[in-house]
Amino acid sequence: MAAQVRGHAAYRASFAFDLAGNALIPAIDLIAVVAMFQVTRVLGGFTAAEVLVMFGLSSSAFALGDLAVGNIERIRVYVRTGLLDAILVRPLSALGQLLAVDFTIRRVTRFLTGLTVLVLALAAASVDWNPARAAIIVVAVGSGAAFFGAVFVATATVSFWWIDSGEFANGFTYGGRDFTSYPVTVYSGLFRRVFAYGLGFAFVAYYPALGVFGRPDPLGLPGWMAWCTPVVAFLAAAVASVAWRYGIRHYRSTGS
Amino acid sequence: MKPDLVIETRDLRKTFTVTRKAGRFRRTRHAIVAVDGVTLRVERGELLGYIGPNGAGKSTTLKMLTGVLMPSGGEVKVCGLVPVPQRRRLASQIGVVFGQRSQLWYDLPLRDSFELARHVWRVPAADHAARLARFRRDLDLDGFLDIPVRQLSLGQRMRGELTIALLHGPRVVFLDEPTIGLDVVSRQAVRSFLTELRDRGDTTVVLTTHDLADIERLCRRLIVIDHGRVVHDGTLAELHSRYGSRRRVLVELDEPLAESVALPGVERESVSAEGRLITFSLDGSSTTAGELVGWLASVASLRDISVQEPAIEDVVARLYASGR
Repeated sequence: MAAQVRGHAAYRASFAFDLAGNALIPAIDLIAVVAMFQVTRVLGGFTAAEVLVMFGLSSSAFALGDLAVGNIERIRVYVRTGLLDAILVRPLSALGQLLAVDFTIRRVTRFLTGLTVLVLALAAASVDWNPARAAIIVVAVGSGAAFFGAVFVATATVSFWWIDSGEFANGFTYGGRDFTSYPVTVYSGLFRRVFAYGLGFAFVAYYPALGVFGRPDPLGLPGWMAWCTPVVAFLAAAVASVAWRYGIRHYRSTGS
Repeated sequence: MKPDLVIETRDLRKTFTVTRKAGRFRRTRHAIVAVDGVTLRVERGELLGYIGPNGAGKSTTLKMLTGVLMPSGGEVKVCGLVPVPQRRRLASQIGVVFGQRSQLWYDLPLRDSFELARHVWRVPAADHAARLARFRRDLDLDGFLDIPVRQLSLGQRMRGELTIALLHGPRVVFLDEPTIGLDVVSRQAVRSFLTELRDRGDTTVVLTTHDLADIERLCRRLIVIDHGRVVHDGTLAELHSRYGSRRRVLVELDEPLAESVALPGVERESVSAEGRLITFSLDGSSTTAGELVGWLASVASLRDISVQEPAIEDVVARLYASGR
């Protein structure tokens, strides 16, 4: 792991560009949100500052989860080339090895950008602070990251059956991040029910944000939903772990 | 299970489903049986040759024995462990060289790969140092220990692979085509290393190869599989006698042979040079070459003799062809 960081640092210019580039990626998404509020003052019943809090929560949680487990996407290469064979004959956890081998510190700036947006938006949203509300923020970012990590792992296991599954996985990971950047009230019908509640994406940013603002849920759910992110993250992690174990037993290797 | 039974499988199977194109959009699903009921018992210290044509199921069997693939049916135990659920415990007891899949870290020098392996397999420093010293001597590694793996020649890399597979002192090593693509010198180095490993007697070796010279030099026991089934399990000599391969004795005489040969299991295959050059073939069990030569010397005057060993290539080619 330390060797990996040293390896990246050896190419200083490239490393610096990577850091800067990764810092800009959430900024581009941010522009989309800001542009939206050039047209309307209220989105799904929330002001610009309030939506930006959700955006900040979502993008910090996502960036943190991505930093930790995002490189699981590389599993596809290992499955397709049969390189996973070499990993499976070592006395270590296969998931742990995959994460360690391709760990990259470059994405840390994405998290820092997300966090900056979150702090600025919280300042603009005139929150009536108390210790519980501050705690909600910390808990939401931490367990949101775990939740996204679980989504990364669960969707990556699909590649054990369906090798060219990158876009499918992206639909849930990056799609999930975009979904959670806006209040769930802007979505409707079956789509909202499935994504927000069925898959639990509403608990990454929407409910924690409501808790911080002290606002009741326009959809009628109780206030303690703000504290449910760790539970949802735990359930997602359990599902991901079952999926991973099941997937690894269906690994087919390649001819040699 | 006997304590020194290292590998035990019963009716081991692996089926793959593949989809094939049938028309523009339709796909049909087929079940392909890669391993079709393999039953094996391998004891401690054996060096087992596991051979068969391409696609016979050799690598698939090895992958099931090492916990990489989940069997579709049957039972398998290696070192008393069931490979898939107990993969990590098993991994510390086995060593693996998959010819095409390196265990070495591509960008690191061999020395660092070995050091990393020490941590991965949690080998006590003293054991590690002792084994590494032995492999450096036996495999002559010193010349390229500090070169990154990607810059090594195939022969050097393979010597590195063998080292990393054995550094943690495994009870079984699985070698999938360890001599493939090597030049004569490296091949010799690998063979003599494996001979020594076999003679030490505490490590079980399962070797797949297409190089039949490897088998003749190294393996006392041979398992031939074809279409996922074991078609032979025994020594090389048994394989020869079973598939009718024969040793030949070529004799050159001063005068044509007057008497006909009346020894059991001896046939006159060909006669040339007006009866002075004769090829006899022996079935290998009833009459020895020495007895034949002794008898010939008593009835005729011998000018020259030579003995031709049966070629394993012929036997194996016949075996593969008969399976089709």
